[in-house]
Amino acid sequence: MSALAALIRRDIRIALRVGGGALIGVLFFLTVTVLMPFAVGPDLALLSRLGPAILWLGALLASLLTLDRLFTADHEDGSLDLIVMSRTPLELACAAKALAHWIAAGLPLIIATPILGLLLNLDGTATLAVAATLLAGTPALTFTGMIGAALAVTLHRGGLLLAVLVLPLSIPVLIFGVAASQAAISGPLPFGTPFSILCALSLASLVIGPFAAAASLRHGLD
Amino acid sequence: MTLTATLTDLANPTRFLALTARILPWLAGVTAILLAIGLYQSAMAPDDYQQGATVKIMFIHVPNAWLSMFVWGVMSVAALGTLVWRHPLADVAAKAAAPIGAAFTFLALVTGSLWGRPMWGTYWEWDARLTSVLILFLMYLGLMALWRAVEDPSRAARAAAVLTLVGAINIPIIKFSVDWWNTLHQPASVLRMGGSTLDKAFLWPLLVMAIAFSLLFVTLHLAAMRNEILRRRVRSLQMMQASRVAFASEAGAGAKEIGAA
Repeated sequence: MSALAALIRRDIRIALRVGGGALIGVLFFLTVTVLMPFAVGPDLALLSRLGPAILWLGALLASLLTLDRLFTADHEDGSLDLIVMSRTPLELACAAKALAHWIAAGLPLIIATPILGLLLNLDGTATLAVAATLLAGTPALTFTGMIGAALAVTLHRGGLLLAVLVLPLSIPVLIFGVAASQAAISGPLPFGTPFSILCALSLASLVIGPFAAAASLRHGLD
Repeated sequence: MTLTATLTDLANPTRFLALTARILPWLAGVTAILLAIGLYQSAMAPDDYQQGATVKIMFIHVPNAWLSMFVWGVMSVAALGTLVWRHPLADVAAKAAAPIGAAFTFLALVTGSLWGRPMWGTYWEWDARLTSVLILFLMYLGLMALWRAVEDPSRAARAAAVLTLVGAINIPIIKFSVDWWNTLHQPASVLRMGGSTLDKAFLWPLLVMAIAFSLLFVTLHLAAMRNEILRRRVRSLQMMQASRVAFASEAGAGAKEIGAA
């Protein structure tokens, strides 16, 4: 247990320090959101209607961008081999790493959401709804993305391959995240239905992600 | 017991090659005959009272759509074979199946949109079924990209096996969420294809075509597996040759150095 806590602490520290690059995700999120009005026009009514979708897409791409670093740095300096060989179950270690990554790279996205909501003319309820759905949904993005990150590191290929593999798997999260935000803003559906499915997706990926990532690390590294 | 014995027997690629060399011509022949019968029956089938002659697209479309999902199932079994039983032919089977599955999925999409043009008035509709098949197609392409990203086949095989199994868990979830998304956006605006029960005049050609296409998959799959085995043999021979050349030149350079000293 203390090994896992130490792993989480270490990963968060590395991510937040110079060279960690977790906060670049927030900057990317901001830039993508700022780009959107240039593409669809500065009409505030339209922007507030598209707002939840824009924020969700931005968060999806930002979390994908930072995923590349989940295993690569550890693989380069050899600490990944130590983690694989250690007595702590690899599944738990993977889950701990993903949790640390989510705290360092996913949580800042949610904290940035209210400010970006202002830019997109979202009112209080809408911003709160998007932030809540992101809070429930981004763990699913991190934990399914971790599978892609583990595959990419065993193949020594990152970047585009990772995106191509992970993006189709994140479609359900996107659908229910945007649907829950829209339900909170305009109805007619109750917010609870899509939101609880979103939570269920996160919980399921919490189980599947570490096992698949650990399997691919165990079989792939040599 | 006999099944496991046969599977263990087939673990020897040479035995597999010999067996498939005997089976393949027969399989190809039966497939061709069944396809001919199925196509003839489809052409002779009566027009639908609503859809007219376009109903005949169904005889191609439905087998392709059914195989697009079946092939992922075959790959999932092969992925288990790679990860759990380490069967030497499992990753060959998985690799050979991916492009064939992608082709069936692509054909299902194309025939579907050709049918949609006269029926719905548009080539593409963000209908739940179409959308989930499109996502399945994207996943096939991603899997093929993964196979092509790495030179070492056994390394690529284990990665692809993990991705195939994750996909097998995820495909039903994606299907469910796309259904949900579609009903939220546009309730009941889309014509349903097999709304009523099929008439016997349509059922028979469809059955024959489904069997013919399944046999076509088996034929193509076995042929592709043979090609993959032979390709790997060529690759390992080339690598042996390359290492021999490298070793010879290294030894030659070393001999020269010793001679110079």
